[in-house]
Amino acid sequence: MELSGAEIVVQALKDEGVETIFGYPGGSVLHIYDALFQQDDIHHVLVRHEQGATHAADGYARSTGKPGVVLVTSGPGATNAITGIATAHLDSIPMVVLTGQVPSALIGTDAFQEVDTTGISRPCSKHTFLVKRVEDLAETMRKAFYIATTGRPGPVVVDIPKDITDPSVKIPYEYPRNLKMRSYSPVKKGHLGQIKKAVDLIYNAKRPIIYSGGGVVIDNSSGSLIDLARELGIPVTSTLMGLGAYPASDSQFLGMLGMHGNYEANMAMHEADVLIAIGARFDDRVTGHIAHFCPQAKIIHIDIDPSSISKNVRVDIPIVGSVKDVLNDMLRIIREGDRKIDNDGLTSWWERIEAWRGLGCLRYEQSDEVIKPQFAIETLHKVTGGDLYLTSDVGQHQMFAAQFYKFDKPRRWINSGGLGTMGFGLPAAMGVQMAHPDKQVACVTGEASILMCIQELATCKQHGLPIKIMLMNNGYMGMVRQWQEMFYEGRYSHSYVDALPDFVELTKSFGHVGMRVTKPSDLEAAMQEAFDRKDELVFLDILIDPTENVYPMIEAGKGHHVMAMSPASKQGDQR
Amino acid sequence: MKRHIISLLMENEAGALSNVSALFSARGFNIESLCVAPTDDPSLSRMTLVTTCSESVFEQITKQLNKLIDVVKLMDLSEGVHIEREMMLIKVRAEKEMREEIKRLAEIFRGKIIDVSDNSYVIEMTGDSDKLDAFVHVIPEDHVIEVVRTGVSGIARGVKSLTL
Repeated sequence: MELSGAEIVVQALKDEGVETIFGYPGGSVLHIYDALFQQDDIHHVLVRHEQGATHAADGYARSTGKPGVVLVTSGPGATNAITGIATAHLDSIPMVVLTGQVPSALIGTDAFQEVDTTGISRPCSKHTFLVKRVEDLAETMRKAFYIATTGRPGPVVVDIPKDITDPSVKIPYEYPRNLKMRSYSPVKKGHLGQIKKAVDLIYNAKRPIIYSGGGVVIDNSSGSLIDLARELGIPVTSTLMGLGAYPASDSQFLGMLGMHGNYEANMAMHEADVLIAIGARFDDRVTGHIAHFCPQAKIIHIDIDPSSISKNVRVDIPIVGSVKDVLNDMLRIIREGDRKIDNDGLTSWWERIEAWRGLGCLRYEQSDEVIKPQFAIETLHKVTGGDLYLTSDVGQHQMFAAQFYKFDKPRRWINSGGLGTMGFGLPAAMGVQMAHPDKQVACVTGEASILMCIQELATCKQHGLPIKIMLMNNGYMGMVRQWQEMFYEGRYSHSYVDALPDFVELTKSFGHVGMRVTKPSDLEAAMQEAFDRKDELVFLDILIDPTENVYPMIEAGKGHHVMAMSPASKQGDQR
Repeated sequence: MKRHIISLLMENEAGALSNVSALFSARGFNIESLCVAPTDDPSLSRMTLVTTCSESVFEQITKQLNKLIDVVKLMDLSEGVHIEREMMLIKVRAEKEMREEIKRLAEIFRGKIIDVSDNSYVIEMTGDSDKLDAFVHVIPEDHVIEVVRTGVSGIARGVKSLTL
């Protein structure tokens, strides 16, 4: 088969099994767009801004486990994509980003729409390629997908100068399926000796806890995690990125840990004697002040990326390997042996945990007058029966969703955890809905976040994406306002979003359904109507209490055990 | 804090060198010198990198370098017995009585004078970094016109080697 560079790009995508790509055309990628036009296998979603393309591909990847694919042009196309690339990079999401580049002969001349794309994307991607010869194109595409999806996944950028895709130059094409790279060979199996040591340590534990992270979701290891936790009968807490890997409705689950984590989860971390970290990276929002982190615990750390181990916190038993392989080896060793965990120790450990749990750290004061954001998320859970793909933007609403929407399955909670990218939610929901056309998909957002990628409402119209947008509208950048209230004596510097649009009318102008809810008593019916409108995008402008804060909260510079509690939890009020 | 010499093999590809140097700036690692050239296998480059840091930072540096897709293999030369060498070209003012004096100093340090003008020498000298430092210090400061150093390159002693 003889193909041009542009045809090679498209054919390679087909050979990778890609069905959907997200992009925006421009001068440097016109040859590729022409090749796309002449085929029907790959569905192209035209976004309204390249940031939207990257977040949509990211949401597609997070909800399926398959790599997301982006196609954008050179210069501003590439720079607009950078935020989405960095977002995927920090959360280890497999993505292949194809960027056009000016013709090879013009590189370095400050040509029209020229930017050093590989240079700009280098620090925020897993790897970058600049294709220099059309003969290298097929192999580079294969390498990009291989690198993006193996080991610790991440975004890979392939920068393709326009002359490389010249339709008049055809070369023989064969897709290199059995690629081997001498410089890249990620490990899978963990070291058995280390795993046995870890099992020993767990059996000697009196107060063990599992700290599970996004790696469990990424490696599709939810089942193994559940098996291990049930086998041992020990408590599980999860990072923001790991939510859903262990069912939130299970009694062994203590909720999320970290800055806005549950009291029982953070206290258990502080008091634990053995910590089993699985696919988690000891992020600063999880650990609190590092000097006070898990002061009594021996730490086991399972991670595919050796550089994650002992980066922030010294660990006692590092195990490098894929989460799934290591957990399965661990389970096998446990099941083959006849050792029993210290039951008396475990019983009194659970008694302490239940006492912390009894405090009800997520209690809030319900109101008949104004919609509480916590109540809104609880209502969303009720209306959707817990069966929802929920994307989020960044801020208070993100934390409320993480705390109050009890995720029982992995890949259902889609948010920008590492980079904290406002504007992520709506385009990510587009990617999720493209991948799951028959499922309920919602985006919980704030009035500040949604305006960062609001233009994608047009994409939703063009591609018929019936996403439900739950806008927690409090008129403020809520998390910024909360910090200014707590740490800046109420000087609300530029956190009040004056001059907001009428979101209902705005949504209608894009051709969608917009509704406003102001009273708690109307909320459930409004949400129900939104989800009943199966084929329409519905934008719910929910006016919430502007003064509500996210609790619990680890106090600045403190350990897990020093948490500020909500007024309702402090008084022990029942809702 | 300890001085480490990292020797690494990487793909001889566009961008590989910037991947390494960008890593050091992005993660705030210190880099004292960096010396790179293709090897006898033209598809590979060899880099020698000198850094001074704590043990925990050094662990991160090696892990992060290994994580780079272009890096094939690396080793910490300073962990075992090794030889390190650096080359220096130094241009010094050489006039009147100093002409003889500088020539004598260069001989003591086994340097070679490779360029001579009416009032200057260029001296070529090879050795470990301390020796080159020492030579620069014995030349009176106002006589030093220009110093060019390659940065350290090194190799392990004995049969130990960094090859594919």
